Amino acid sequence: MAAADSAPQRREDLSRRWAAFRDGLHEFYVGPYRNMFLREKRDEDDLFMIVVLGEALGVPDPAAFYSAELMPAVWEDFHAWHRRIGIPDSPLDHIACC
Amino acid sequence: MGSLVLMIIGLAMFVAGYLVYSKYLAKRVYKLDDKFKTPAHEMNDGVDYVPTNKYILWGHHFTSVAGAAPIVGPAIAVIWGWLPAFLWVTLGTVFFAGMHDFGALWASVRNKGRSIGALSGRYIGKRGANLFLIVIFLLLLMVIAAFAVVIKNLLISTPTAVIPTWGAIIVALLVGIAVYRMRWPLIPVTVVGVVALYALIVLGNSVPVVLPESFLGMSPATFWILTLFIYGAIASLLPVWVLLQPRDYINGVQLFVGLILLFGSVLIATLFSAVKPEIVAPMFNTNLPEGTPSMVPLLFVTIACGAISGFHGMVSSGTSSKQIDKETDARFVGYFGAVGEGLLSLGTILAVIGGIKSVADWEEIYSSFGAGGVDAFVKGGGYLMENGLGLPASLSATVLATMAVLFAATTMDTGMRLLRFVVQEIGDAVKVKITKIPATLIVVVVGLGLTFSQGLGGEGGLRIWPLFGTTNQIMASLTLSIIAVMLIRKRRNPLPAIIPLVLVFVLSFWAAIDQLVSFTQPGNADWLLFALDVIIIVASVWVGIEAVLAMRRAAKEPPEPEHEDAELSAVREDV
Repeated sequence: MAAADSAPQRREDLSRRWAAFRDGLHEFYVGPYRNMFLREKRDEDDLFMIVVLGEALGVPDPAAFYSAELMPAVWEDFHAWHRRIGIPDSPLDHIACC
Repeated sequence: MGSLVLMIIGLAMFVAGYLVYSKYLAKRVYKLDDKFKTPAHEMNDGVDYVPTNKYILWGHHFTSVAGAAPIVGPAIAVIWGWLPAFLWVTLGTVFFAGMHDFGALWASVRNKGRSIGALSGRYIGKRGANLFLIVIFLLLLMVIAAFAVVIKNLLISTPTAVIPTWGAIIVALLVGIAVYRMRWPLIPVTVVGVVALYALIVLGNSVPVVLPESFLGMSPATFWILTLFIYGAIASLLPVWVLLQPRDYINGVQLFVGLILLFGSVLIATLFSAVKPEIVAPMFNTNLPEGTPSMVPLLFVTIACGAISGFHGMVSSGTSSKQIDKETDARFVGYFGAVGEGLLSLGTILAVIGGIKSVADWEEIYSSFGAGGVDAFVKGGGYLMENGLGLPASLSATVLATMAVLFAATTMDTGMRLLRFVVQEIGDAVKVKITKIPATLIVVVVGLGLTFSQGLGGEGGLRIWPLFGTTNQIMASLTLSIIAVMLIRKRRNPLPAIIPLVLVFVLSFWAAIDQLVSFTQPGNADWLLFALDVIIIVASVWVGIEAVLAMRRAAKEPPEPEHEDAELSAVREDV
């Protein structure tokens, strides 16, 4: 009985260890460069934010008709973005995020 | 038998250092506290500040600090005999490097993950911070020039390493594409990548590439140095996922494999082989080749990263401190990271003193100062592996040469990238915007200028190697002085920091003065090195005075309250 119990237990242990090894190896691969990737992604997102909000921020944008449709996609990150670029309060009157 | 005994004594010293001395440092000196909120938690942003598992963080820390220096340094320094090099590597790791790396990590964790440069501003004053920039610029410049020459020498002396060296770049490119573009799982990609790398070593071993006397109108030495600089420039400009990241990763895995092969060979050869690996090198070499400098102080600066290294403090306080999950992990990551580097040096010493067949062969290799180096490591280690694992000698030598080249190359391309940032920063300081490509060009021109300053064979690159040791150790004394000031302020025992500080400072200063005299020898004067050395000497005097003043101030001021670190205002630093 004990042997039957311990076999699945061992299998579970083994698969848990294997998963931990896999995660560890992955972390060993991506860890040292994680910040570079995230920073590049953040820069890209910032550019996207500026393009979408261009018209609202007062920059004439011939494609505003299309970019306005993308606005809901950027709301969620808007507060973090304006804080990051050094504007403490929301620069847009119609978005009271803070 | 001799090699095994030495290996066991060395390993025992490292184990004892970790179990006893680092425990003492953790409990009594640094007083690590699990309840202290580390910067990784306090400022967790998922980018730079990320709490990380201590074993993974150790892997990152160790592979970042391990370069070619712990191989090059000890392999040259055994010219004075094996005992001085062995003692400095083991005792230096236990009492100097371990406490220094661990201390730099602790100091940075206690200061919101700020780097040593920023800490010198807080504890020693603004001038200390400026000094740091000068030292770091020189250090990086020396790294790229010296490592280009180290790789060039290996490619010429071990032509079988040419295919695996350049083939490793293709393997890295393919690993990058497989992981990021094809999204293949990492474990099989790693296995295939490492197997491909070893297959290239086997291929390279049967197809050695020897360049003709004049190749494209250049000597092989000039050609390889130019190629390496062009490669480094391209690698430092490419997106990191394409080449640098998979290359560092495969190299990290190879580092662990290489260490196991080396120590395993000594063990197996002693236990099972008919020819036991005996130590052929003298304990103290009384028959030094002409032109060999005096052992004291040059032994200490030649071994450089094999024992204490300022570069480790930069890594500790630059990235590792921002990822420490619990303060108590600093002991494992910092101290044991230094032990990892010590292991690499110990392996090198075993290879160059026990892997060579006879005393006559050994004396032939060490016929002049600086002649031993990595070539001796490759020859000696190759013989050890042949004896222990049964690999053919030339194949073993190719394995080790590739390992050394990969170490040097990854450090060189990272160094070029960092130096490019420094050039851009200097441009910002004088209000000139320097973009990526001109900055890289400046780095290449200055690096090549230094390497070729003594002739087209690249003699300039290695002649500055002793200066690398001095510069590196002066940076270590800067870090130790910050740790000492912190300990005095907290009214804790500062001796574990002050004793290594004084010794390292005196030895590197002495070496710098010794070298200064040698650069003015009539008929063999070297004014470029003279100028660089003067800068280093001025900088070291500066560190000395600033550090003493800061320590006196700290001793006079009232003790720092225990909870002050936790109340420091959080300051983020661009990494």
